[in-house]
Amino acid sequence: MALSSSDLLMMLQGLGLTALLTFIGTLLALALAVPLALSLRSGRVWLVAPARLYVEVMRGAPLVLLLFLLYYGGPQFGLRLSAPVAGIVGLGLFGAGAFAEILRAGLDAVHKGDVEAARMLGMSQMQSFQYIEIPQAARTVIPPIFGQSIILVKESAVLSVITIAELTKGASELATITFSVQPFIVAALLYWALVELVAQIGFAVERRYHIGCH
Amino acid sequence: MLDLLTANSDVLLKGLLTTLGVSLLAIALGAPLGLLLATASRHPSTAVRGVARIYLSFWRGTPILVQLLLIFYLLPLIRINLPPAGAAVVALAFNTAAFQSEIYRAGLAAIPVGEIEAAKMLGLTRRQSLIWIEIPQAIRIMLPALVGEILALVRNSSLVSVIAVTDLTRRAQQIASSTFKPLESYAVALIMYVAIALILSSIGMWLERRMRCSGTV
Repeated sequence: MALSSSDLLMMLQGLGLTALLTFIGTLLALALAVPLALSLRSGRVWLVAPARLYVEVMRGAPLVLLLFLLYYGGPQFGLRLSAPVAGIVGLGLFGAGAFAEILRAGLDAVHKGDVEAARMLGMSQMQSFQYIEIPQAARTVIPPIFGQSIILVKESAVLSVITIAELTKGASELATITFSVQPFIVAALLYWALVELVAQIGFAVERRYHIGCH
Repeated sequence: MLDLLTANSDVLLKGLLTTLGVSLLAIALGAPLGLLLATASRHPSTAVRGVARIYLSFWRGTPILVQLLLIFYLLPLIRINLPPAGAAVVALAFNTAAFQSEIYRAGLAAIPVGEIEAAKMLGLTRRQSLIWIEIPQAIRIMLPALVGEILALVRNSSLVSVIAVTDLTRRAQQIASSTFKPLESYAVALIMYVAIALILSSIGMWLERRMRCSGTV
């Protein structure tokens, strides 16, 4: 049984919601990752230990359980989130651990000599960070950041389990009505296209900043 | 949270065993397929390489949840009747094969050509060189990435709960709805997943250390 045009329209709307929620979730994850990465590099135990614990927990924790905790467990301590907000927060918390490790590694990869030279030339620690370390680290972290963003696009399918009408949810509903596998094939192709799009944006950014050809 | 844990320990344990069983089976079935794909993606024939590339791109570029649902709905249509757990293992194995093949490809490519030439010069056959020179080094190079893939697979296996496999996540859902304590139930399950990840990554680090020390390959 073929999918009708209204079915396809519904799936495209799902794709739109998937893209939107993933985009906001990724921005939230990046914002949370900055203080985490700085804590990891601070060398102070009371900052390193909780940040490390957070990163390790997020490495092992399935997103589906994080979402259940936020959406179904949250009300038990007075945290009532709508499904899309819980989805965004879940994606943000989940992605922050991986992004923090990427940012930390990027900052660690800046040559020590460059930082020392900046200090020698009279730059303050803040200036050295702003003009020497961040621009160099930005170039190393861009490819893995896009890689992790692609992972988040794919993980966002899990948002369907807390009743969010994104692409996977739309496909599941259509599959139940039509008893066919077609909606999942269409959904897979749409995700594939979205992932490819994010990858191409990543390549374009890399070319723009001449990453890989120093 | 402790009473919830003790009151439901047998149910949680069953779920844990299902999670570990599904993950291990998928990893084991995915390994030969991954090796095959790694070989295919370096095959001289353009057609073989093309097929391998499309396979890799699809299984790496789409969500595991969609892959699981796709396989789950597809199998009965092509007259293959498997219980949900069987469909879950098949889908996860197809998925991990794609990721494992990249690891194998990179691992085998990382061995210096000079060593393979030297082995040949010293009179080792192709097979001996593979067994004594290439594979032992490749394993050492690939180990961290393989451990990472196993961790990812155990975490991803939580999605099999969506197709009604009673894994750890599904058991936590059942406990949440019977006790009306979702917070504690899901927190317990989450801690168990994190504990598995920590144990697996410690085993991985121990293996890495051991292989480094023994050095005489």
